[in-house]
Amino acid sequence: MRGAETGPGRSQPLTEQDPRLYQIAVLAALLLYGMAWLDFDVGPERTMAILGTALATQYVCGRIWGLAAFDPRSALISGLSLCLLCRTNEPLLAVATATAAIASKFALRWRRKHVFNPTNFGLVVMMLVTGQVWVSPGQWGSAATFGFLMASAGCLVVTRARRADVTLVFLGTWAALLFGRSMWLREPVAVPIHRLESGALILFAFFMISDPKTTPDSRVGRMLFAGLVAAGAYVVQFVLFRTNGFLWSLAVASLLVPVIDWLLPGRRYRWPSAVAPTETGLGAHPDRERARFPSALERSSA
Amino acid sequence: MKRLLILGTSALAALACAPAVLAFCGFYVAKADTKLFNQASLVVLARNADKTVLTMVNDFRGDPKEFALVVPVPTVLEKGQIHVGERAVVEHLDAYTAPRLVEYFDEDPCRPRMLSPLRSAPGMMAGAKGDAEARAKSLGVTIEARYTIGEYDILILSAGESAGLETWLRENGYRIPAGTSAILGSYIKQNMKFFVAKVNLQEQSKLGFTYLRPIQMAYESPKFMLPIRLGTVNAAGPQELFVYALTPRGRVETTNYRTVRLPSDVEIPLFIRGEFPRFYRDMFAQQVKKEDMRVVFLEYAWDMNWCDPCAADPLTPDELLQLGVFWVDQRPTGPAIPGPRSPRFAPGGAVDVFVTRLHVRYDAAHFPEDLVFQETADRAIFQGRYILRHPWKGTEVCEAAKRYREELYRRADREAQTLAALTSWSIDEIRKKMRADYGDLPGQPRKWWQRLWGG
Repeated sequence: MRGAETGPGRSQPLTEQDPRLYQIAVLAALLLYGMAWLDFDVGPERTMAILGTALATQYVCGRIWGLAAFDPRSALISGLSLCLLCRTNEPLLAVATATAAIASKFALRWRRKHVFNPTNFGLVVMMLVTGQVWVSPGQWGSAATFGFLMASAGCLVVTRARRADVTLVFLGTWAALLFGRSMWLREPVAVPIHRLESGALILFAFFMISDPKTTPDSRVGRMLFAGLVAAGAYVVQFVLFRTNGFLWSLAVASLLVPVIDWLLPGRRYRWPSAVAPTETGLGAHPDRERARFPSALERSSA
Repeated sequence: MKRLLILGTSALAALACAPAVLAFCGFYVAKADTKLFNQASLVVLARNADKTVLTMVNDFRGDPKEFALVVPVPTVLEKGQIHVGERAVVEHLDAYTAPRLVEYFDEDPCRPRMLSPLRSAPGMMAGAKGDAEARAKSLGVTIEARYTIGEYDILILSAGESAGLETWLRENGYRIPAGTSAILGSYIKQNMKFFVAKVNLQEQSKLGFTYLRPIQMAYESPKFMLPIRLGTVNAAGPQELFVYALTPRGRVETTNYRTVRLPSDVEIPLFIRGEFPRFYRDMFAQQVKKEDMRVVFLEYAWDMNWCDPCAADPLTPDELLQLGVFWVDQRPTGPAIPGPRSPRFAPGGAVDVFVTRLHVRYDAAHFPEDLVFQETADRAIFQGRYILRHPWKGTEVCEAAKRYREELYRRADREAQTLAALTSWSIDEIRKKMRADYGDLPGQPRKWWQRLWGG
């Protein structure tokens, strides 16, 4: 969202509202749908525990790191994503995953930007460390994929077309890899289509990799990043034959973001609602922008 | 309320009425001109880290001469990696994991509740070499290995391209349905080998088996999958596959299809006791329809150390070893802890084995990809369990008995509705059959206008 578009004295039109509100609505609807119709292995108590922990961690870390205001929106998105993805028999591990996810935003930072998407970090770390947490990529089935795709695509159209580049390049690269593989293997077209009809893929593409706070600042950098994540996921799934390729690949690629930002600098993303009325008239220089536009986290602490 | 009887229905029993000439997992291709027909197959996958032991059981009841099997495998297998196992062990595993009926008897509502010991009954079990190699080579097919193991002649083939392999298979008497070539090609490009088996009639008659024993293979590969695509080509209609996964950590699920728990823990009418296999088959068919044939069903997920109620005893460490559970110590075992008790515990002490039973009906349209699995850390137990509740038939009169009898009719109606929803059987038929146990059920209340003209 351009600062100039939300200048002083202008009320934000609906389409330029904070995209996180739309995301929260879509994720919550998905969760309810999954719990009611797809028998997701997550009950109301677990949902409450994860969401409560995410919010509490956001609050506590906000106090520790000296944020002036408590903003529940990002924590809610992470919490809802964890409810959709994180599976474990141990309620305490679910709570620990939510804590690790949110705390990583505060603790793991590089040049005023958090390194990992919080949900991705929480899941990957807990899967690696405990062996008691898993993600079920098959839980979505393919029946409701189209509706899910529409709702998610709506997310792009309505709120943040500017950052659609990550999602679109990722989906395009992933689809090209799947179709390319199937053409090479002479598999029927139903095979790659079935692989694309995956709720796990859509959730990842529209709600995780697209996280504007952890993707590279420049458009070229983001496109490179998206391509790398798709290629990494392909390696995990079709060369190493392991599951959850998207999650592993994103976690590794996130470590490269500081390098990409260094090579291809760009303007730092800021949630539109975080734009103060006076912060308009952006210069083109990324460093100057950063100085004027610290991340939402830093700004709210100001 | 006490539990008295447990009836299991095994996969084999439930499918016993299916027509003969079944084939395995769709990997089988019939030799000669026998109609190609795949219906049910049982696969046991014992897996720890990347080491897998695959056991394949088929219901093939035709002429052994007609039997032939082609399975894509990830590596060339040495002779010691292939074994012919005992069918009884798989049947035991099948019975142990089978959906089960449990019975409860209502207590006299006029007397205070007393806990009774549990009893159970056993589950209902269902019971010219040089030339050939030159020719193969000219077709780009390499015979990597050639073994006779038990009653089977086994070849491990690798191939350069699918047309050559297809020609080789045809020339060697395998009837390959149209459309197979492309699928073979995709496995060739994934660097997979082909395990090809036929029955050696001489060996079979020497061994004296009248049925085909399960083929087992042990291999190490990160691929945790079952190739089902070959089978969908020659199948006359959807095929039935049971996968029994034995793993150390927890439940196994498919990662590219939804895994759904079969409806369980529901109360159904008493007459099902005599029709349990039919109930299981029809309920499964109805659930498949409800899910648009796009899911894999979970029928059992349990720690192998015990069961409650038990459709059959837990497997012994020796039986587990036979099924490829290589991480279990071999130790002397006695019989299962005796007595008709439930729960029952595995003999030989604790073993680190979690069993998952998956059941899938599939065809090419709904299952375009091979099944890919993952082992989760989920050790939550699940079983297909269906409950019969025998009404109290006493004649005492008390306030509690009056309330009980009123509730009984409501319960009977709920059972009828549940059964109708699960199986899509006619509710009127169900109510008719329930009369033997409950007398006339109220059924649907009469409409107001039915009273007018005797409708």
